[in-house]
Amino acid sequence: MEKNWPLWEIFVRSKNGLEHRHFGSLHAADAEMALENARDVYTRRSEGVSIWVVESKNITASNPENNGEMFEPAQDKIYRHPTFYTLPDEIKHM
Amino acid sequence: MSEAQLKNTGAERSRSLEEIFEQRIVNDEKIEPKDWMPEKYRKTHIRQISQHAHSEIVGMLPEGNWITRAPSLRRKVALLAKVQDEAGHGLYLYSACETLGVSRDELYDQLHSGKAKYSSIFNYPTITWADMGAIGWLVDGAAIINQVPLCNTSYGPYARAMIRVCKEESFHQRQGFEIMMSLCNGTEVQKQMAQDALNRWWWPSLMMLGPTDDVSVHTAQSMKWKLKRKTNDELRQQFIDQTVPQADILGLTVPDPDLKWNEETGHYDFGEIDWEEFWQVVKGHGPCNKERMNDRVGAWERGTWVRDAAMAHAEKQQIKKENQAKAV
Ligand SMILES: [Fe+2]
Ligand SMILES: [Fe+2]
Ligand SMILES: [Fe+2]
Repeated sequence: MEKNWPLWEIFVRSKNGLEHRHFGSLHAADAEMALENARDVYTRRSEGVSIWVVESKNITASNPENNGEMFEPAQDKIYRHPTFYTLPDEIKHM
Repeated sequence: MSEAQLKNTGAERSRSLEEIFEQRIVNDEKIEPKDWMPEKYRKTHIRQISQHAHSEIVGMLPEGNWITRAPSLRRKVALLAKVQDEAGHGLYLYSACETLGVSRDELYDQLHSGKAKYSSIFNYPTITWADMGAIGWLVDGAAIINQVPLCNTSYGPYARAMIRVCKEESFHQRQGFEIMMSLCNGTEVQKQMAQDALNRWWWPSLMMLGPTDDVSVHTAQSMKWKLKRKTNDELRQQFIDQTVPQADILGLTVPDPDLKWNEETGHYDFGEIDWEEFWQVVKGHGPCNKERMNDRVGAWERGTWVRDAAMAHAEKQQIKKENQAKAV
């Protein structure tokens, strides 16, 4: 074999109103084949109404080793949450 | 710092990383592909997940043998759908395995060269239609017992693949049992065919749950990483306890003269398993090892030109698209 089929990431919307969710990956020669294969591999029992395929090499992922700088700054911003604000018990609908 | 000191801090750093890692697993946190993991964890997972994937793929062969000869259209669509599911299972698992940094090509190569193992049960022949019943009932039954605990395993992509697999397995087992039921309610010859299939598949199915605990080498480590929740012997007992009453309902006899309900333990006692046979099949001397690998490798090789043609077509289309974009 000359060249391997590239890897594609598969995202499926299980029904309208829900977002596309990552289902897994598969190999295919091109986008069209990736869609057809995704239909057969990931939606044999009506698990989807819409499929996105993205060639894996086009995805840039954050590095878990940098999770500190990435995500920790949000941890001490508790004032972004409603529970940070104290209100009297009599207040309703808030 | 001296070289020895440098090495020391390196070792210390990886020790503490490893401690943090093990703690995460104890806390039931999932490990995801880009997370740091000990090399041994990665290697063990590549081995287990790929073996599992290979088993799904090779497992299509014994049943594929009967698709064209299924006795009715109803049985044919069911068997075809089951075999297609097994292909899907193989693909979910290969894709989970690839997240650990091994390529599909390497994995196929390990299978085709005989370096990688697959479940030894698929090296037995399927000589009558009743074998389709016995495989669904017993082999998929044993697979379910093995796989359900894996839905909670520590490696995220493997656990997610297993959840999908387990959802699909239940139909496999039920269609198998239904085949057995029809045969058992049929003519005397049909019932005997079912009994014969049970006779041949019973012991290999028990072996499927793996060597006994005293000789199983990976159990302790696998338990720690949640690659295993119960030992092989526990799983085997569970399989026997749930399957024997099903055989009773079919009116079939489990081919084990020592099989007996034990009131005290609340389990069935059972006879000695022929482990010599198991190891012979694992080592490649089962009835169909050669045939399975020939079929698998042959299919892969005969497909080469198709894969190459698809790739060449895709590249041509890409170039065409680029040229069109330039022209505009
Ligand atoms: Fe399967
Ligand atoms: Fe399986
Ligand atoms: Fe199955």
